[in-house]
Amino acid sequence: MNNNGEEEIREVIIDAKDMEYRELNEKIHEVINKNPNLKKIILKNVLGQRFIGNGIEKKDLTIEIHGVPGGDLGMFMSGPTIIVYGNTDHAPGNTMDDGTIIIHGNGGDVTGHSMRGGRIFVRDNVGYRSGIHMKEYMDKFPVLIIGGTAKDFLGEYMAGGLILVLNIDSEGNDLGKIKGKMIGTGIHGGAIYIRGDIDNSQLGVAADIKEFTEEDREKIKTYIEEFCSIFNLGDEIKKKLIESQYTKIAPISKRPFGRLYTQDLR
Amino acid sequence: MIPSTVPPKYKVEINSNRCMLCERCVRECSWGVYRRDRNKIVTYSNRCGACQRCVAMCPRDAITVNKNATCWRDHPLWTREVREDIINQSRTGCILLSGMGNAKELPTYFDNIVLDACQVTNPSIDPLREPMELRTYIGKKPKKLEFEYIEEEIDGKKIKKAKLKTNIAPNLKLETPIMIAHMSYGALSLNSHLAMAKAAKECGTFMGTGEGGLHRALYPYANHTITQIASGRFGVNEDYLMRGAAIEIKIGQGSKPGIGGHLPGEKVSAEVSMTRMIPEGSDAISPAPHHDIYSIEDLAQLVRSLKEATRWKIPVFVKIAAVHNVAAIANGIATSDADAVVIDGFKGGTGAAPKVFRDNVGIPIELAIAAVDERLREEGVRNEVSIIASGGIRNSADVFKSIALGADAVYIGTAVMVALGCRVCGRCYTGQCAWGIATQKPELVNRLDVEEGANRVANLIKAWTLEIKELLGAAGINSIESLRGNRDRLRGIGLNDVELEALGIKHAGF
Repeated sequence: MNNNGEEEIREVIIDAKDMEYRELNEKIHEVINKNPNLKKIILKNVLGQRFIGNGIEKKDLTIEIHGVPGGDLGMFMSGPTIIVYGNTDHAPGNTMDDGTIIIHGNGGDVTGHSMRGGRIFVRDNVGYRSGIHMKEYMDKFPVLIIGGTAKDFLGEYMAGGLILVLNIDSEGNDLGKIKGKMIGTGIHGGAIYIRGDIDNSQLGVAADIKEFTEEDREKIKTYIEEFCSIFNLGDEIKKKLIESQYTKIAPISKRPFGRLYTQDLR
Repeated sequence: MIPSTVPPKYKVEINSNRCMLCERCVRECSWGVYRRDRNKIVTYSNRCGACQRCVAMCPRDAITVNKNATCWRDHPLWTREVREDIINQSRTGCILLSGMGNAKELPTYFDNIVLDACQVTNPSIDPLREPMELRTYIGKKPKKLEFEYIEEEIDGKKIKKAKLKTNIAPNLKLETPIMIAHMSYGALSLNSHLAMAKAAKECGTFMGTGEGGLHRALYPYANHTITQIASGRFGVNEDYLMRGAAIEIKIGQGSKPGIGGHLPGEKVSAEVSMTRMIPEGSDAISPAPHHDIYSIEDLAQLVRSLKEATRWKIPVFVKIAAVHNVAAIANGIATSDADAVVIDGFKGGTGAAPKVFRDNVGIPIELAIAAVDERLREEGVRNEVSIIASGGIRNSADVFKSIALGADAVYIGTAVMVALGCRVCGRCYTGQCAWGIATQKPELVNRLDVEEGANRVANLIKAWTLEIKELLGAAGINSIESLRGNRDRLRGIGLNDVELEALGIKHAGF
């Protein structure tokens, strides 16, 4: 009970069955505005509704999604945590500013497109061009952690942040050598860590394989621990993941296209 | 050794009888043309791009900049420019970078179109004494209006009152159909941006922010800005989207259709880094496509995504470069919940574009407006969506003709820069602009006085607005709405049948 004698609502359940996306998203805004102490929204029967969580800035809110949300999940979002019990369509975390997206399934193409901050944890695989144009700024540092594998063009145009590919199935078994091609095409900032070996031929223009140091291991350790705790992976698997060999992919230079142009001054 | 130097394009001369060795030119020229050597000023003509800063500032009128007469053997095919470019590229192996708009002598259809005026019948109107409506609303218009009737009792009588039932989408209210084009902070200096924002506010119109975020100094003018979201998503967050009066998705630019943008690290100063939200000194690369848009359906998704993020309170425009199938693309945009289609013609300006794109890709804006207007009419959606035209609009006549061809409003960019002092030297990409417009160097930026600049831009827009009123009055029209798509008031001169058909106008004499 609050001072006005009204009950403080902390959790709201919305049944999204047969709801059009505008109706559902309006409903979400409505319950957030009505209940200042709201901590959790549970969405049931979600089936392809797009733009869930778009632009929401409430930091301590969790949105639980049961079903398969549509594209642009959590776009421009700044703060909340979205937990999806299912797969997501394309571009979850698009241009996200802050917050967390946890996907108990696969992420679609361009997962984490242009993320500036926040974290995305994907239990299984992601589609093409994931982590494209991720960028960091001051205290904002975007992180994309993929449990399984990523399709081609992972981390294209990457300008900052961190991508981690763990290369395991849902039981924690190794998936074998990563097949993705054109990794880090046009990368000019940030780093991609992939568990296992990557050949030079799998890299895109401007990407380079750098030495994986103990410092790097320290950096990714916290994310591995968090991943294991989120997805209930045992200590043995955690230990394996932390101690594994990773390939670090980073830019050849900060100016991949610096020598592309000549001035037409005369 | 194969010498790769070419003669300077311009020749700088100082009249020593007039020169008083004040060294003003040495300080003013950011390109390093001048140096004091004992009691004379030495010039390096090869560095001169004829921006005229020195000429304008010399207190003694002692400087002349002429075309360098050094003769290249004339050849109709192998022009001087062609040879210079080959020499440059064979030396460097690089893409030629250029500034400003298309520099080829391709037709400017505006100059082959003349306007109508009233004589005797349908008398002309004097705008100085009669009201002339230039107010323009940009945004989605409903297909039809629905009313509900509510019965009310007034003085014992039951009266049915009509109430609007249709939901009207938010529109931008323009006092003149001229807006300031998207030129990013980063490409342009903060002082230029401030001057343009002040002018937009004063004239009751809007300015585009370009893809560079919104500097906090512009927050007081934010309700007169149109924010831009391009493929790099620089400076885009919820706050940015909610702040502007409208949002524009930039798909393409008239000066470089089909390619992205690239702000070099040198231009990403501490301030630029803050508005773009990227580290200082890092390259700002905008990919060629938006990687979340591979189809018209995806575009519709981004439009709706922005609408959702702003709770459907802010209009969303989509800007495309004028290319061959512009009409079909514009139709796709019109059916996507977007509020306006922006078409940028091939003569549109730029801070930096590969020369091969600037001079060869895209189609004229005049033809694009006509094609888009025509197609949207055929599809029955023209009245629901606005068309904004840009790319090489130089004066009020161009604005007038654009609207008569079918646009609702226009964006002007280069004209605004010229009002701020730009002399179209085309070297914006070097960051050395001696006029303080396209640079981030504080000592150069300070040369541009914000108040004076704002005044000049506002003056330009007001002057054109007055001229448009005069032209409307002469045509016997008292509202800009009656001019929109009114191609009957246009005639072509010296155009062939195909051109006339594409423009949808008759030849003079008919």
